Amino acid sequence: MGEWWTTGPIGTSVGNYEISNISHVTMSPSRQNNLASMYSSLPLSYNVLGAFCTEDNIPQCVSYINQELDALGLSTCIEASTPRAAGLNSVPALNAMYELMQIHRRHMSSLEELEREQLKKSSTLDHVQMNNSRLKDQLELSMREKSGLHETERQLQLKIKTLQSCLKTEKDEVQKLQSIIASRASQYSHDAKRKEREAAKLKERLSQLLVDRKDKKLAIDVLNCLGRSDGKRSHWRTAKATVGHEGEMYKSLLNDYEASQRTLVLENAELKKVLQQMKKEMIHILSPRKPSPRGATADDSQEQANSDGEEKAGDCSRETLDQSCEHAREQLANSIRQQWRKLRNHMEKLDSQASLVQTQLECNQELILRETHEDEMERMRREVQQCKEFIHAQQQLLQQQLNTSFDDETAALLNDCYTLEEKERLKEEWRLFEEQKINFERERKNFTEAAIRLGREKKAFEEDRASWLKNQFLNMTPFTDRRRCSSSDGQSALSIKSEPEMRMSSTKTPLVKSSTYTPFSTPKPSLSATVPSTTELYRSLRLMPDSR
Amino acid sequence: MNFSEVFKQSNQLCKVSPDGKYLATCVQYRLVVRDVSTLQILQLYTCLDQISHMDWSSDSLFILCAMYKRGLVQVWSMEQPDWHCKIDEGSIGLVSSRWSPDGRHILNTTEFHLRVTVWSLCTKAVSYIKYPKVCQKGADFSRDGCYMALAERRDCKDYVSVFVCDDWHLLRHFETETQDLSGLEWSPNGCVLAVWDSCLEYKVLLYSLDGRLLSAYSAYDWSLGVKSVTWSPSSQFLAIGSYDEKVVYKEVEKRTAVGSDDLSLHNITIGTTLFNTQSKYEICPPPVQIPVVKPDPDRANPKIGVSTLAFSSDSRYLATKNDNMASVVWVWDMQKMSLVAVLQQTSAVRCFQWDPRRPRLALCTGNTKLYLWSPAGCVSVQVPAEGGLQVQSLSWHCSGDSLILLGKEQLCLCYMDQEDK
Repeated sequence: MGEWWTTGPIGTSVGNYEISNISHVTMSPSRQNNLASMYSSLPLSYNVLGAFCTEDNIPQCVSYINQELDALGLSTCIEASTPRAAGLNSVPALNAMYELMQIHRRHMSSLEELEREQLKKSSTLDHVQMNNSRLKDQLELSMREKSGLHETERQLQLKIKTLQSCLKTEKDEVQKLQSIIASRASQYSHDAKRKEREAAKLKERLSQLLVDRKDKKLAIDVLNCLGRSDGKRSHWRTAKATVGHEGEMYKSLLNDYEASQRTLVLENAELKKVLQQMKKEMIHILSPRKPSPRGATADDSQEQANSDGEEKAGDCSRETLDQSCEHAREQLANSIRQQWRKLRNHMEKLDSQASLVQTQLECNQELILRETHEDEMERMRREVQQCKEFIHAQQQLLQQQLNTSFDDETAALLNDCYTLEEKERLKEEWRLFEEQKINFERERKNFTEAAIRLGREKKAFEEDRASWLKNQFLNMTPFTDRRRCSSSDGQSALSIKSEPEMRMSSTKTPLVKSSTYTPFSTPKPSLSATVPSTTELYRSLRLMPDSR
Repeated sequence: MNFSEVFKQSNQLCKVSPDGKYLATCVQYRLVVRDVSTLQILQLYTCLDQISHMDWSSDSLFILCAMYKRGLVQVWSMEQPDWHCKIDEGSIGLVSSRWSPDGRHILNTTEFHLRVTVWSLCTKAVSYIKYPKVCQKGADFSRDGCYMALAERRDCKDYVSVFVCDDWHLLRHFETETQDLSGLEWSPNGCVLAVWDSCLEYKVLLYSLDGRLLSAYSAYDWSLGVKSVTWSPSSQFLAIGSYDEKVVYKEVEKRTAVGSDDLSLHNITIGTTLFNTQSKYEICPPPVQIPVVKPDPDRANPKIGVSTLAFSSDSRYLATKNDNMASVVWVWDMQKMSLVAVLQQTSAVRCFQWDPRRPRLALCTGNTKLYLWSPAGCVSVQVPAEGGLQVQSLSWHCSGDSLILLGKEQLCLCYMDQEDK
């Protein structure tokens, strides 16, 4: 009894429906409120309704219904007519029923309205959706149209471009033709003008000639006729001569043709020879390295070629006779072509093989590379070894060379040999130096001797002067002591003499010192034969002023 | 290298005799004949008027002096100085005068190119050839002197007449497929005649001696065409210089035209070297910028395109000059088909000529220097002349041992060393 259900027929007429005549309620699929739940449990409620109120539980039912009515907000309450009777007070019950029906009606109307609304809404929704889809379709269509139009536009643009380029070329062509026309027109007009000028000149000349009656005759004035250049007599012009000329002309033409034919024949023969050679060589190259060239070959073409070659080789002599034979020429050409084709195929095969090998190499990189690598390494090691040996040998030889000079003489000789030249030069220079020094010394000796002589002479002169002065003085003063004067004069004269000697001796020492280097030894200085210094000498000889 | 002293000349008329012994120069109305080695005056002739043109006969015995204004031609003899000959064209005037290859006939072209008069010095006879064409090179003698090709124009169509020089018999007369024939030249072997159209149409036609058309060549349409044509000395190749600054070097096949090579003159970044010896040529490493002079587009005969082509005597080298780079001479090696040297001078090149014996090129630019190029090197030599000789043109002696340098009014001889470069 806790289950909550509601029942009620659709439609406003309540009437005296028995609860058992509940019509089947048709539900709209879009009901979303609890009406669905309300009606779904309808068949169930029929059975339950039968079970709700029985003879026994009338008051409970009544109280329950009252409660429910209260809950619904209806004031009328149902009461039993008598406490134990199965009947009810009809008025409140009817009122309650009526109110319930009113409520129901209201509900139904609102339901209807809602349903209507919903229908409306759903139809509008449908409508909108349809519109939407229609518009989408339209949109798609228009998009497609747009793309189609784009495409056509693009094509048209392309067409425009091509047409423009065509137009350009046509314009260029037109320009070119126009320029051609212009040049031709200028050429024509130039020629026309020239002709017109000439015609004018002609007319003028003609008129001049017509007027000018004295017509200068054309004439030739020769001193004497000349002979012909080839010395022969000239002939009459006869028909035979004309025929002769024709003959000459044809002869010269024929000669020319024959000459050209000869050269062509020679050329032809040369070329044929070359072709034959080529063919032979090609056959030779292409023939397999088998001992028996005939019969055993599986290759048909090869056999054919070989037999062809044999045939050709045999026919060699005959062919030279058949040179002009068309057939032979064709055959030769064909066979050459054949051979060349074979050679080409062979080359192609080789090429492909080579490329295969190349690719193989690239695939089997490690293996093969290592092999080659190892080969290379081996080779390089060998080379290095060789080089080492070589260097070693060289070193040994060098050492040998350096160490063989245990013999002193030879060692010395060998050691000296590098500086021999310089030594010689040095010796030469020393020799020169010595010579020069000797010369210098000699000169100096002469010089000093001359100076000594001069000194002596000077001394003698001074002595004479002194004695003369003394005599003079003595002659001048007869009262003075002659002896004293003579001695003092002699002394003074001597002192004068000794002074330069003293000076000379003092300056002698540096000179001696300087001459220690020379192998020659200068004579030792002695009082009697002192060698004066160079400066002294110069001074005495009045070559140098007295600067000291 | 020795230089002779300077002599007077007028009108750039100075020619060495074909046998190489004499040098004839014109000074106003005098004709002076000197010995080439000693330069002593051997003969002196006086003409009636100022000499416009002078030429030796092929046997070096006679000299013709033409005076165009007077319409006179005087012929002088070397063997007999007293001998005289005077040809008077009368009122019809004279525009050009030349010897025939046998040295006994003189061909005079009258004024307005009305006709070509053939005077015989043996028989005093006169022949006329009518309607000669007025063009760059309307008549050419074959090398062996047997035939003469003359361009004619009748009824607005071009014809070529081939004459036998022996007796002036008309051998062949055929129409050419040109619009406006501008020049013709015999090949050195005398069997093929090259005929080219004017610059308005690029067309070079090769006719055999008997008048058959062997081949026609045209490099391009509409632009200005052929400017100069020359045969290689071997008669195997033809070099065609055109206004588009290219040289077409074409092998001449008797039947059909086989390949042709273009030598483009703008690729100067490929291997150009200027050799140097002791004088003032500088070597510039490639690439080299060469000044280009754009011609006036409104004028006719624009200064653009290859105007001068010259083969060396061994057919090995080709020297070309492009008019819009007038100070540059290009030397090409024909065996390797490559550029060998680019000689850039300080001013426009006026004249260049190959030595008739060896591959040596002499050129001058109008200053006082002479320039020589050979595969071994090149030099510039100052011409020692008091008063300065501006070298306007030059020509080699047939032996290749000396050069004749012509100034405006002067001439000078340059003797080469025998073991020179």
